[in-house]
Amino acid sequence: MRPEAETAREEMKPPPFRYHDPRTVSETVGLLASLENAKLLAGGQSLMPMLNFRFVQPDHIIDLNRVEGLSYIRATGGMLEIGAMTRQRDLEFSDVVRARWPIMHEALLQVGHRQTRNRGTIGGSLCHLDPAAELVSLAAGYDATVTVAGPNGERELPFAEFPVAYMTPAIEPNELVTAVRFPQWSEKHAYAFIEFSRRHGDFAITSAAALLEADGAGRITRASVTIGGMGTAPSRAREVEQAITGQAPSLELFRDACESCRKLDAIDDVHAPASYRQHLAAVLSRRALEKAHARLTDAQAGRPH
Amino acid sequence: MGETRKIALTVNGKRYEEEVEVRVTLADFVRHQLGLTGTHLGCEHGVCGACTILIDGLSARSCLMLAVQADGHELLTVEGIAPSAEELHPLQQAFHEHHGLQCGFCTPGMLTTLLEFLRDNPDPTDQEVRIALSGNLCRCTGYQNIVTATLDAAKRMRGAGAQSA
Repeated sequence: MRPEAETAREEMKPPPFRYHDPRTVSETVGLLASLENAKLLAGGQSLMPMLNFRFVQPDHIIDLNRVEGLSYIRATGGMLEIGAMTRQRDLEFSDVVRARWPIMHEALLQVGHRQTRNRGTIGGSLCHLDPAAELVSLAAGYDATVTVAGPNGERELPFAEFPVAYMTPAIEPNELVTAVRFPQWSEKHAYAFIEFSRRHGDFAITSAAALLEADGAGRITRASVTIGGMGTAPSRAREVEQAITGQAPSLELFRDACESCRKLDAIDDVHAPASYRQHLAAVLSRRALEKAHARLTDAQAGRPH
Repeated sequence: MGETRKIALTVNGKRYEEEVEVRVTLADFVRHQLGLTGTHLGCEHGVCGACTILIDGLSARSCLMLAVQADGHELLTVEGIAPSAEELHPLQQAFHEHHGLQCGFCTPGMLTTLLEFLRDNPDPTDQEVRIALSGNLCRCTGYQNIVTATLDAAKRMRGAGAQSA
């Protein structure tokens, strides 16, 4: 053994674990069923820091990076299906995502940095379930459907049922997320994803995601507004959605409707007090709606945005 | 010593076959087992960007990967950027000329990050360079000279590309 390897042992940060790198989903499910205290390793952009800090001390790491068939982007029949191990980078550079789910492209540019998007996966983001995570907000905003594999095969659950508590998804210890589906909005829908963070690429302190559809007369026929970074998970601002649906868009309408965001539950932490987040929610949701509306007007006038 | 695995990988064009402990990060493996200490470790939890290396041409934080995950892959570290021991890469040359570094701790991560960025975006704006560097912390320069060096390097590299083409 070379002397450098001796040093390496002192430099090691992650706690000891057994390493498994299965090749199939069924092999992975088998490992989950037979191993105690196992953690799934996807892109590693959240789990690896936690291991380096020893915030988590799993006895087993099951690395998903060599599992076949979990990395794909399929757009069929108005539905975008994304394999759980698809990298954020692949979504960012996907032409079909940019053309038909453009808010995802806009949000991804605010997910970490190039170096982290090259590794980070959509399944990892969803399961880590950070309240401020951009992709989690989109899953809420689109009413995405999550596919989960376990010992009894696959099951599907609507995203509304996915978060059960702070950073806790509704998946059993012997299950893993294999895919997520995002329905498409009409070709002329408009969108905006806006967040406030201390520096570019940091987790948002608060974010707002807006999707809008309008009829020929410009009246809003459908709206989705999601606030991230406020509660235990990103959640829909239903009161705003209801207040603007069926109405003719105007700055006053958006401003008045978004005031209701000040009543949403908000976390109080080292980054910002709850009242500040509530203020941001009202401001950012209004700005997201204004930006989406400007794009809607452009789309209807045939101008590119 | 815990569980180990045998891995085979290419680093800066050189083939390695090594026995690694499965919990060792790629950064520690590269520095301590391969002796390539040009890759620096600042925060070791994915914030500072100093340990950025290229894996199959894509930048990643080597403190956020396990060495076993590099099995079968091709890595580029700061040691592999210059064309020879005598000659600097245009990006390194521009950093040198524009004072794009003071203490140099962040430089390996800056260079690897920018190498990928300039490959994908050979003619960037000042703002695009700043966004590309948002995941790399520098406590000396205030970034201004790093941005200047990058824009100058991009110009030189475009010129070199036009000549060879």
